[in-house]
Amino acid sequence: MKKYSAFAIAREALRGNTGWPEQWSSPEPKKSYDVIIIGGGGHGLGTAYYLAREHGITNVAVLEKGWLGGGNTGRNTTIIRSNYLYDESAALYNHAIKLWAGLSQDLNYNVMYSARGVMMLAHNVHDVQVFKRHIHANRLNGVDNEWLTPEQAKRYCPPLEISRDARYPVVGAALQRRGGTARHDAVAWGYARAASDRGVDIIQNCEVTGIRRGPDGAITGVETTRGPIKARKVGVVAAGHSSVLMQMADVQVPLESFPLQALVSEPVKPVFPCVVMSNSVHAYISQSDKGELVIGAGTDQYTSYSQTGSLSILQHTLEAICELFPMFTRMKMLRSWGGIVDVTPDRSPILAKTPVKGLYVNCGWGTGGFKATPGSAHVFAHTIARDEPHPINASYTLERFRTGRLIDEAAAAAVAH
Amino acid sequence: MLLIHCPYCEEERPEAEFRHAGEAHIARPQNIAEISDEEFERYFFIRSNPKGLVFERWRHIHGCARFFNAARDTVSDRFLKTYKAGEPKPALDGEG
Repeated sequence: MKKYSAFAIAREALRGNTGWPEQWSSPEPKKSYDVIIIGGGGHGLGTAYYLAREHGITNVAVLEKGWLGGGNTGRNTTIIRSNYLYDESAALYNHAIKLWAGLSQDLNYNVMYSARGVMMLAHNVHDVQVFKRHIHANRLNGVDNEWLTPEQAKRYCPPLEISRDARYPVVGAALQRRGGTARHDAVAWGYARAASDRGVDIIQNCEVTGIRRGPDGAITGVETTRGPIKARKVGVVAAGHSSVLMQMADVQVPLESFPLQALVSEPVKPVFPCVVMSNSVHAYISQSDKGELVIGAGTDQYTSYSQTGSLSILQHTLEAICELFPMFTRMKMLRSWGGIVDVTPDRSPILAKTPVKGLYVNCGWGTGGFKATPGSAHVFAHTIARDEPHPINASYTLERFRTGRLIDEAAAAAVAH
Repeated sequence: MLLIHCPYCEEERPEAEFRHAGEAHIARPQNIAEISDEEFERYFFIRSNPKGLVFERWRHIHGCARFFNAARDTVSDRFLKTYKAGEPKPALDGEG
């Protein structure tokens, strides 16, 4: 791997940029690997990278049915925060935040992590009580999160409308200063490049069509559109398609897949300094470094694999955005899209071993998986390599839906998040 | 936006009038206090989440307010059939 540096840029400038190698190699799949990761998004590629770097397991393939980062990694609104209510969530998401802070240096790839602050708006007494409870719980867990008055919120984000006459009056906000955004494509590409450099095979356009199990029930490999591949360990990191893949191994999972839509505006000069979320009205907005406003909506109400949703959802979100930020009422929207998110009953992920020997699953991130990418990948690699969970993901089992030991962020937030 | 045929009103109406109400044909166990944790998990949490034909409940909340069932393709979002609550799963061509 050629190291990216200021010196390399200067050298290539003199050579007409002819010396940049491909970022990762695209080999033909081998007959057999130690570990197969199904899903070439951020979580899957990151898992392969940490398997190689932390555990010395380099005979690994990442199988992606389309192109790297073409699923939810490339379809989310790139919001990063860790101010969740429960101890288990704080541990997992804060683990990710700590890794985000050093990720560009670690990967030698600029993932453009920008800790510009994530501000969550409170619109009513219920929001105020819930947010303040979160702030206190976060403080106990060492997660930064602070309460702002409407005036303080407007100072932090000047475009915000805080008039009491607004349709959704802002009565306060919770601010996590370490929250922010990152460049989603760069996360997938950076992990792919660093993993490939350590010997991981990145195989695109290779859809898994079956999961093979031996007479004892243990995993023996996968069937793909590019032929069968053997492996004793398989990690499923397939987001919206997790149910489909798990059913290939006869494992029933408590997931439902919903469309989640987002859209971007035409690019404009820097006008929006932070990330603002409003759970109550389902509006999530930030400005990308290209200048586009990046706006996220809530999920559609019905299950689907269509990667598209109802226009009414986008209308609802844009109405809320225009009420909160009247300066955007004449902004033109450029494009919208949908991703398919796998939602668990408690809105917390499943990061665990399964009843099938050699089969591991990292799914159920629902509407908020991007922020956890490095932390999720790091502990999932540990789970696969050691055949036991890392202490941080020990609670995120499949069995919790049987024992009742849920991590109920659904109830904590009272909305999808 | 989806267009949904309400089998009670016998009209095709926009999705905004309806609420999705989860997977259909999941019967609540009669003896719910006695069933095992595994059975409760299967009833309460496990969903088929198919890529393809799904049977699901809808409620015409801003119309007749009644629950009914639908067969829909989750890849194309096309409705194959809607039918009244209590009716059996319809046999459809290409099912499975």
